[in-house]
Amino acid sequence: MALLQISEPGQSAAPHQHRLAAGIDLGTTNSLIATVQSAVARALPDEHGAMLLPSVVRYLPGNGIVVGREAQQAQADDPENTIVSVKRFMGRSLADVKVAAGLPYQFTDGAGMLGISTICGERSPVQVSAEILAALRERAEVSLGGPLAGVVITVPAYFDDAQRQATKDAARLAGLTVLRLLNEPTAAAIAYGLDKAAEGTFAIYDLGGGTFDISILRLTKGVFEVLATGGDSALGGDDFDHAIAEWFCTQHSIEGLAALAPGAQRTLLAAARAAKETLSVHDTAAVSLTSADDKTQQAILSRSQFTELTASLIDRTIRATKRALRDAQLIVDDITGVVLVGGSTRMPVAREAVRAFFDREPLVDIDPDQVVAIGAALQANILAGNGSADDDWLLLDVCPLSLGIETMGGLVEKIIPRNSTLPVARAQEFTTFKDGQTAMSLHVVQGERESVAHCRSLARFDLRGIPPAVAGSVHIRVSFQIDADGLLSVTAREQASGIEAHIEVKPTYGLADTQISAMLKDAIGSSKEDMALRSLREAQVDARRLLDATEAALAADAALLSEFDLKAIRQAMFALGDTLETEAAVEQVRVASAVLGAATDGFAAQRMNASISKALSGRTMDSLA
Amino acid sequence: MSVSLTPAAVRHVKKSLAKRGSGIGLRLAVKTSGCNGFAYALEFVDSANPEDECFDSLGVTVVVDPRSLGMLDGTELDFVREGLNEGFKFNNPNAKANCGCGESFAV
Repeated sequence: MALLQISEPGQSAAPHQHRLAAGIDLGTTNSLIATVQSAVARALPDEHGAMLLPSVVRYLPGNGIVVGREAQQAQADDPENTIVSVKRFMGRSLADVKVAAGLPYQFTDGAGMLGISTICGERSPVQVSAEILAALRERAEVSLGGPLAGVVITVPAYFDDAQRQATKDAARLAGLTVLRLLNEPTAAAIAYGLDKAAEGTFAIYDLGGGTFDISILRLTKGVFEVLATGGDSALGGDDFDHAIAEWFCTQHSIEGLAALAPGAQRTLLAAARAAKETLSVHDTAAVSLTSADDKTQQAILSRSQFTELTASLIDRTIRATKRALRDAQLIVDDITGVVLVGGSTRMPVAREAVRAFFDREPLVDIDPDQVVAIGAALQANILAGNGSADDDWLLLDVCPLSLGIETMGGLVEKIIPRNSTLPVARAQEFTTFKDGQTAMSLHVVQGERESVAHCRSLARFDLRGIPPAVAGSVHIRVSFQIDADGLLSVTAREQASGIEAHIEVKPTYGLADTQISAMLKDAIGSSKEDMALRSLREAQVDARRLLDATEAALAADAALLSEFDLKAIRQAMFALGDTLETEAAVEQVRVASAVLGAATDGFAAQRMNASISKALSGRTMDSLA
Repeated sequence: MSVSLTPAAVRHVKKSLAKRGSGIGLRLAVKTSGCNGFAYALEFVDSANPEDECFDSLGVTVVVDPRSLGMLDGTELDFVREGLNEGFKFNNPNAKANCGCGESFAV
């Protein structure tokens, strides 16, 4: 007998017409799935009552696959075929993960994305993630008693197009319909109903098993904007376990964790983890290790000792938090709420550090392991059409990085700024640089930096057949359009003649050649340098235009000038040309430009008079009146 | 004529209403659809219609429209857990036959 859930007024589903929707937190270490039933969002447990599914997939001989805890337990025995933390490889090519050379996997170079050789053949990160998603889907369908109509999957705020696309592909492979990808910090904010407020600025402190993320979000008119992200991809609960284990070793004159046999290492780390969890509720915890010869060594760890041991780890999170605030150009007082996410934020040391730093109580009521999945479930419920009339909020997708085109001097003119809600269309007018220019090359780039060299090239195309005209008089309208699926199309159109060129840009996996989070941090960190470069390039472009214009004027009307003036102008032109060739500082370019401008002032007036008298000659006052 | 809720159902409805933040109670209704002629509907109530009958069951307002009431009289709504699944179950003395899925019934 099927069990019923309470629906919103007037929205009772007809029998067999459920619209089951779920939110999935596809994590680096653990994943989970949640859904909304009778207006209550909750995570769905597996048959053993466990909510968290370790994000571990093990490939067995004969095409067998094990996902979750069982796979995790085999990690030490069969490292090559047991894939952990696959999220780090999503949408990444082999070149991108060279830093992770210490991994036990046999990597292969796939088309745009790396592959992992397993006993079942080559597997891409998308396929591995799909196995995790399929396990969660099965859990949900058993729990809810029907197929899922759609899911919302969360991704880190710093994921780029390639990583998001890979996540969507994994879902499709697992037989799931993705209603939307949602940023993890945004999901956490939704879980706490922060989106119900009119506006605010929130910090999301996410300390997970192996990663730390800090995000600063701003809510305006129902849209969450990611102001800054930061963190440490190699800092999490595991490091706290290690700190305890190392402390235990010094207590018993063991040379260090690495000096122990692999089996003893694992036992000690498990004991350390248990002690850490005990310390979240009690003041002291015992760590004991039974060696092979049945000798038991024990040590008692107090909470204050633990705080001392892990101070440097906590300090790293606070430093990253400070950096993110600075990147967002905010101070602590600007933050209206702090949300704790990730199982490791259960540790009182972490909570106290956050409380002390922000000088306010962080939001902790929702299980920090589940908060992201719950936020995703709330969003999925609304997107599936199960929401009440009051829930008219709809969070929109945003484009994660700015899109623009290259302009003279290797600069980027941003056309669609980062965080624009999708779908979006923006246009901007450009013009020709040289007299009689008949073609224009358009270079589409993505990134936050001011110079093309630091952004990612997406596409190039040419607009040909521009009617020859004076530089600056041609109007070329460049339109960028991103549809709801993130497909970018760029059109360039010359306004007078109507000639047009068009290109469609599909984000590809190969595009992700540098870590996007690094790019973002890089952009913010080097904005000063960028601005300096930008002003120099602009000054240089202006100078060249001035030189070209003067040259053209001289070619036409040099006869109007006295020899002395002509010499002065030539000298000024030479001096300005020199500053360009020697890449002189921006002030020098500006000074030289001003000198040439002053030198040609009289010339310009003479030209004007000459052309007026030419136009007026031979005409009487009457004919002009 | 009456319908009622079990204490387990009352607990869950109260929790759901509190979580939802608005609503005056719970509507029980019967719709003509499904493989066995009729189907149950369970909805939050934001405002009752003038013709609706309202019952109080352990502090929860239960709203039933007059047409449904004929087929729901004496029904007890329970909240049960079956394996991984949990939800509401209609114990309706008027139902003569249930379809396999339990979502629709005949009188």
